[in-house]
Amino acid sequence: MQWEVVIGLEVHAQLATQSKIFSGSSTTYGAEPNTQASAVDLGLPGTLPVLNEQAVAMAVRFGLAVNAAVAGHSVFERKNYFYPDLPKGYQTSQMSQPIVGPGVLEILLEDGTRKSIRIHHAHLEEDAGKSLHEDFQGMTGIDLNRAGTPLLEIVSEPDLRSAKEAVAYVKAIHAIVTYLGISDGNMAEGSLRCDVNISMRPKGQEAYGTRAEIKNVNSFRFIERAIHFEVERQIDLIEDGGRVVQETRLYDPEADETRSMRSKEEANDYRYFPCPDLLPVEVDEAYIEHLRGTLPEMPAEKRARFESELGLSAYDASVLSGTREMADFFEEVKGVCGDAKQAANWVQGELSGRLNKENLDISVSPVSAAQLGGLVKRIVDETINGKAAKQVFAALWDGEGTSADEVIESRGLKQVTDSGAIEAVVDQVIADNPAQVTQYQEAEVDKRGKMIGFFVGQVMKASRGTANPQQVNKVLKDKLDSLS
Amino acid sequence: MSSSIALHDKTLSELAQGLSVGEYTSRELTEAFLARIERLDGELNSYITVCREEALRDADAADARRAAGKAAPLTGVPMAIKDIFCTEGVRTSCGSKMLDNFISPYDATVIEKLRAEGVVMLGKTNLDEFAMGSSNENSYYGAVKNPWDLTAVPGGSSGGSAAAVAAGLAPAALGTDTGGSIRQPAAFCGITGLKPTYGRVSRYGMIAYASSLDQGGPMARSAEDCARLMNVIAGADPRDSTSVVRSVPNYIEGLNYNLKGLKIGLPKEYFGEGLSAEVESSVRAAIKVFEDAGASVQEISLPHTHLAIPTYYVIAPAEASSNLSRYDGVRFGHRCADPKDLEDLYKRTREEGFGDEVKRRILIGTHTLSEGFFDAYYIKAQKVRRLIRQDFLDAFDQVDVLMGPAAPTPAFDLGAHKDPLSMYLQDLYTIAINLAGIPGISVPAGLAGRRPVGLQILGPHFGEQTLLGVAHQFQQLTDWHRQRPEFGQEHA
Repeated sequence: MQWEVVIGLEVHAQLATQSKIFSGSSTTYGAEPNTQASAVDLGLPGTLPVLNEQAVAMAVRFGLAVNAAVAGHSVFERKNYFYPDLPKGYQTSQMSQPIVGPGVLEILLEDGTRKSIRIHHAHLEEDAGKSLHEDFQGMTGIDLNRAGTPLLEIVSEPDLRSAKEAVAYVKAIHAIVTYLGISDGNMAEGSLRCDVNISMRPKGQEAYGTRAEIKNVNSFRFIERAIHFEVERQIDLIEDGGRVVQETRLYDPEADETRSMRSKEEANDYRYFPCPDLLPVEVDEAYIEHLRGTLPEMPAEKRARFESELGLSAYDASVLSGTREMADFFEEVKGVCGDAKQAANWVQGELSGRLNKENLDISVSPVSAAQLGGLVKRIVDETINGKAAKQVFAALWDGEGTSADEVIESRGLKQVTDSGAIEAVVDQVIADNPAQVTQYQEAEVDKRGKMIGFFVGQVMKASRGTANPQQVNKVLKDKLDSLS
Repeated sequence: MSSSIALHDKTLSELAQGLSVGEYTSRELTEAFLARIERLDGELNSYITVCREEALRDADAADARRAAGKAAPLTGVPMAIKDIFCTEGVRTSCGSKMLDNFISPYDATVIEKLRAEGVVMLGKTNLDEFAMGSSNENSYYGAVKNPWDLTAVPGGSSGGSAAAVAAGLAPAALGTDTGGSIRQPAAFCGITGLKPTYGRVSRYGMIAYASSLDQGGPMARSAEDCARLMNVIAGADPRDSTSVVRSVPNYIEGLNYNLKGLKIGLPKEYFGEGLSAEVESSVRAAIKVFEDAGASVQEISLPHTHLAIPTYYVIAPAEASSNLSRYDGVRFGHRCADPKDLEDLYKRTREEGFGDEVKRRILIGTHTLSEGFFDAYYIKAQKVRRLIRQDFLDAFDQVDVLMGPAAPTPAFDLGAHKDPLSMYLQDLYTIAINLAGIPGISVPAGLAGRRPVGLQILGPHFGEQTLLGVAHQFQQLTDWHRQRPEFGQEHA
């Protein structure tokens, strides 16, 4: 039997507001437990929520970015359930009248194909606190710093058909929220996390199978692995004559498996009803249009422009437009050096390689875009050659110099293109290495090409890497060949 | 004002006047009330917590402020606060074992406003647990007795506030009204109580029972006193999204109301079956006072009145079931001993911490909100609520105010209504007002034997100024509000 996987995603993006969605407490990550929890966040008797308008603006901007219908009238509701890190015994959320209606998001797959994924809706809600199970000797600690942090929950239609599509979708959401600046998108800190709904059906069948929901997956890699595991689990289950139960599961990255958390039978009846402490959210056309005017160029537009205007390959364009930081960095490098292709090569090559190696995000790159642009500019105008450029990059990375020009100057890395100077060095190298010259002359003509490398190396060494390699090559070849 | 009247029998307005002319200090006044509370409240049980030290400290501060020439109109006047308003550093119990150990770390907005005015808080008054009740018999701290007749209830849920004011244990008090909890006890105890328009007074720091119905308001000896308190507590609050941004009139200026030409509507549904003859005769006599003063009277129909109680008992418990979820033993309040796991913690904490009536309403609310019942109960109730509101809007197209009884009977005997349903029916004339969000005031209008009768006056949204003016004029023509119970008088 050929199986098809059907995936729908609920992505929770933590909104980058200064304060919480219903209180004035700070949302800064990583503070001492319970230092960012006010009377409202603690759910103290008598306290009331007041909606943070910034969160509303952010949700609307997201809606506009995915061409969704923004609701002029939306309603906060209470989702009632008991949990120790849910202070009020209900989560203030939106269900029947969310702020963002149906929209659509285009994803780009690795093979270059594009696919439209429908967004069912997106709604605003408050985050819960955290239960800390360690360090309390059989007890549980509660940290309410996160309680009340604004979340935008983005719910897709079940349009995704593979783990790769799911990852591409989450990356696209990640790009949108970071481009808009409405979330820092930091998955390790939980700023972006998702619930994955997975079901299987025989290929060609229209009806969906029973789905399982994997909660709170917080990295692209885990999304992919959790889906792979879950697909196999469900296929094995069905093929062995069992059936998938509708349930909530947890992905354990250590064991690389999903485990049942609770089944539908024990699921809560959340008793949603409109929150009587909050007025309906009214957003008028003028406000929506005002926010539309604040939208930056979005990833898909940027990608298209990188291809058509800058002549980058589809692959380069999609990588460089992948996050706003990456795109901004690249565009600044390009602006300084004036050469899009060289800029793309350096950002994706030397810089990304080093960042990955050191596990750093481009936002904290030790080499700034202005510095890298200055470096690439000197390659483009042939002030330095590629080899010297790597030295300059290393020096900038290590903080040994504030600009490429300064490093080039202080280390004398300026490329020598004066043919007289190059000829003098070549003559010296030939004179200093008679044995190698003899070998060269005695070699077959088609083997000489490889042998010339030795002389090039010696010349570059003697010039401390500053000689123009193409010129060195040509002068050497002419001189050695004319000797024989 | 005549100084022959004992301090505890004076109105808030008179006491403010006495303070301003230096007849007595705030400390003297506060000490007098504290002494009276100590002597008499053992029998009444109107206070849960008496704030002796804080009150004397605040009284001294008020006297100093007055000496510095910075006194506000009510600086130095003592009053009582229903123990549902959060008060920093003072236990805020809400009449529940659940919050018996809860010391609020913050002040409710109205408390902040009263403090800024320089009002002295004598203590926190008794109430039905979480404001759920009509007799004050549902308090963890025991029932309150009606000072007019110690075998009668003071009404509820603001029973402690009403009894304290009636007995001269406070010149005024703050109450809250979700289905009649200011007006009915005011009527039972022969005082004046105003439930303002929903959104007129901040709910921040007022422990929620049913959020869309709850409203705080003044309980005092006269409409004028209520107006003075409204001048302090009314107004929009950035911390309460449901408070209404709308300018606050000077309620004192509205007291000089001309009754001539006032159009009074009598809802015929409020004079039907269930209304006791003695209440009806007092109410009709009061209306005659208005007619004699030049007001006109016409019958009005509020056709959905019979749906008010069932509608209320869907919406209020639904909201309560959610509002009371936070009492889980995790962060504050009662926690059961040695919970064996999380479920045990929840179950025993709530089993032990809540009384029967609270549990009953949580159960009702949880049921009406549950899947499969939500549309039939909650959604339907909201529709009916709109009809009830429309009844009033239509009525106020024809008349300026509506008048009728605040309760079908005078105060009933302690223990008279063991059956919750028969208790719920006591709120027939008050509950629809909360569903509509309009203001209502209860003023003393007679005595049935030893037990007072209240006249309820209703106005359109934000019509407090009219209500206070109309009530004040009635109090210029009658002296029902000047009557005092015998209780405690021999000690005067």
